[in-house]
Amino acid sequence: MTGVIVSAFPAIELSIALPLVALLTAILIGGKLAPRLILAVGPLMMALTGIVAWQVAEGDPTRVELGGWEAPLGIALFADGLSSSFLLLTAIIMSAVGIVAMAGFDARDGETSRSYSFWALFYGMWAALNGVFLGADFFNLYVAIELLTITAVGMVALGGTRAAIRYLLFALAGSLAYLTGVVLLYAEAGTLDMSLLAANEGDASVRLVAGGLMTAGLLAKTALFPLHAWLPPAHGGAPAPASAMLSALVVKASFFIIVRLWFDVMPEAAGPVLVQLIGILGGTAILYGSLLALRQARLKMIIAYSTVAQLGYLFLIFPLSGGIAGEMPWAAGAWSGGMFHALAHGLAKAAAFLAAGLIIEALGHDRIDDMKGIARAMPVTVFAFGIAAISLMGLPPSGGFMAKYLMLTAALAGGHVVIALVMMAGGLLAAAYLFRPVNRAFSGSDIPEVAYVAYWRQWVPLILALLAMLLGVVSAGPYEFIQIGRAVTAEVGIE
Amino acid sequence: MNAALLLDAGLCLLILTAAVLAMTGRDLFGAIAFFIVYGILIALAWVRLEAVDVALAEAAIGAGLTGVLLIGAWSLLRRAGVSEAHELSHWGLRLVAGLASAATTVVLAAAVLALPPGREGLAPLVTERLADHGVSNPVTGVLLDFRAYDTLMESIVLLVALVAVWALTPASAWGGVPGMRQHARPDGVLAMFGRLLPPIGLVMAVYLVWAGSSQPGGAFQAGTVLAAVWLLVVMAGIYDEPPISSGLLRTALVAGPAVFLAIGIAGLGAGALLAYPDEYAYGLILLIEFTLTFSIGATLALLVAGRARRAA
Repeated sequence: MTGVIVSAFPAIELSIALPLVALLTAILIGGKLAPRLILAVGPLMMALTGIVAWQVAEGDPTRVELGGWEAPLGIALFADGLSSSFLLLTAIIMSAVGIVAMAGFDARDGETSRSYSFWALFYGMWAALNGVFLGADFFNLYVAIELLTITAVGMVALGGTRAAIRYLLFALAGSLAYLTGVVLLYAEAGTLDMSLLAANEGDASVRLVAGGLMTAGLLAKTALFPLHAWLPPAHGGAPAPASAMLSALVVKASFFIIVRLWFDVMPEAAGPVLVQLIGILGGTAILYGSLLALRQARLKMIIAYSTVAQLGYLFLIFPLSGGIAGEMPWAAGAWSGGMFHALAHGLAKAAAFLAAGLIIEALGHDRIDDMKGIARAMPVTVFAFGIAAISLMGLPPSGGFMAKYLMLTAALAGGHVVIALVMMAGGLLAAAYLFRPVNRAFSGSDIPEVAYVAYWRQWVPLILALLAMLLGVVSAGPYEFIQIGRAVTAEVGIE
Repeated sequence: MNAALLLDAGLCLLILTAAVLAMTGRDLFGAIAFFIVYGILIALAWVRLEAVDVALAEAAIGAGLTGVLLIGAWSLLRRAGVSEAHELSHWGLRLVAGLASAATTVVLAAAVLALPPGREGLAPLVTERLADHGVSNPVTGVLLDFRAYDTLMESIVLLVALVAVWALTPASAWGGVPGMRQHARPDGVLAMFGRLLPPIGLVMAVYLVWAGSSQPGGAFQAGTVLAAVWLLVVMAGIYDEPPISSGLLRTALVAGPAVFLAIGIAGLGAGALLAYPDEYAYGLILLIEFTLTFSIGATLALLVAGRARRAA
């Protein structure tokens, strides 16, 4: 009986509506209420996205038609294993960030510019992320990603306007390219609904141009090399809780649309050139981002450049899917590895940025050279950073290991030796750039004087880092789950 | 036939000229002026394409409001003493950018020309289904019924854009009044217009929403008119901007999206998010349109006013 009620519960719709309600409340009332909303919204969103995951696990991928209008007239929302994994990831990370930010963006002495704007942008971002992960219509995704961009730029502006303007210009150019592609796609197919587009092959060359423009726009928003120049100053300069959301979730949203576009909707239009090009950019991003991360003097800049590098792995699923790799012991090994990487990187990166933020609160800066012995002053925080680093490096038994292991075996099985070498080099470089701050944190023998940071806040990044670890330990369940509704191309490749 | 072709060709030529002049003008103010001209010409092009709703939106928002925002930014820059002189970027970079733009244009043009002619998209389906339900202007039907979710999210985008502007407010000015204090001679032209035009603007805004259910018009166009009315009142020095901490102001901003969202969630009872029960569809759509117009007007006006600068 309860099963029937839960399966009919409109959890998909409410996981977009609830953050919108919170957004409007934060804008209307603001003040001391806005920072406290997370205490109610966090658990509710966990429950809602948990129900969505349950519905997907029990039945098939779930599709709801908004306004009662069927596509192509109306807009649908769609949840499969992949989208509900991202929904859950978003709920976990946003709740964690919200808890940590309650103290940093509080309104104890009355509403401030920072406290008011942060919380409104925060809930706007949450709604936009869920809108992207549930979107099934490419114009609707444009609206969702615009909302995401504006909230993200606003968050970066809380740290500095220069980086925010740079980000805005990249992101708006990306929007324009994406929208142009969407217009062309609509002119060609007469619909923008994913399932209708997928059902009809259409004119492959027009679709390649449309999809190419959309992809170029989305790559600018995901900051894939060489469109990454905005990311390090934006993610490195934003307040740490904002950086955690930007690096862990926001850049994944545009990546998510790229995966939907090519793997689910129009694989037949892609062609080998696009697949190889994306793969080459991904590989270059890994090496370039890692090398620059080695040269940074500030902790947050290391983590930001690490994002540039780690995003590169995601795009390796394009050349790695299919081919002989399709015959692997794990079906769709490369695709699943890429999605695992997105999830594990999300958790680990959010943990790393939140930990860095707490270190900044304690020390007043994040210069690695002046961080000597901080591990003795803030053991929980540094431990959290260390665990997150293990997952980012791809060491067992973390989720990051699982992801890179799946991708690496797919690369070797498919005979992609260069890609395999790049991935291994990326792992070694990650170990090198992440070891530097950890080493510094443990050096010396005295306990440095630091400002007080509440103990319970230090536990939040640790929980996220442990979840990234858990993803590797109990990988079978999540692995099975993201396969629900997986596109055939994930197994046989795009070409 | 020939006269129409001549008109279209002339319009295209003017659009291209205005675009080139807006980009190549050395003087920032001149570039803005040509940008506004460009917007008006594009609006005319939409009229020629028989998309009057889009033409109205383009003229109101693309040319009008964006023009006001740009002039506002220009005058702030000038007041801050920012020099307009700038160095050109490296010629190699400009060459690459030029080639990339040219290549994109060629590929895009080839793709557009490859499309088979005579496609109507979803227009026939929209017309067919519109008859069963609510409003009779197909554009309003798409915006507030078939694709209401997009419109709800767009109204949220506008609101959040205002919050992003407010995020730039320095701590000391938070809760204060946006923009500069305006002074106008009490017997001057501005003051006269400030008293004469607002009633006309209000009637026009109400008409645009009301007409929007059966003819071109709607919340975004009418909201822009409302914003213009408010800007005029402020510029004429009749009223000052409200402080951004004002509860009344925040209610005005949130009302439209909130009513829209509440009706949308209530739709879950009728079977789907944003579903309207048949017998109430027309009334609900009209209610959403009117509150949305009010909120869009308030949001646009405050976007032009910018962040808070003075104590309340």
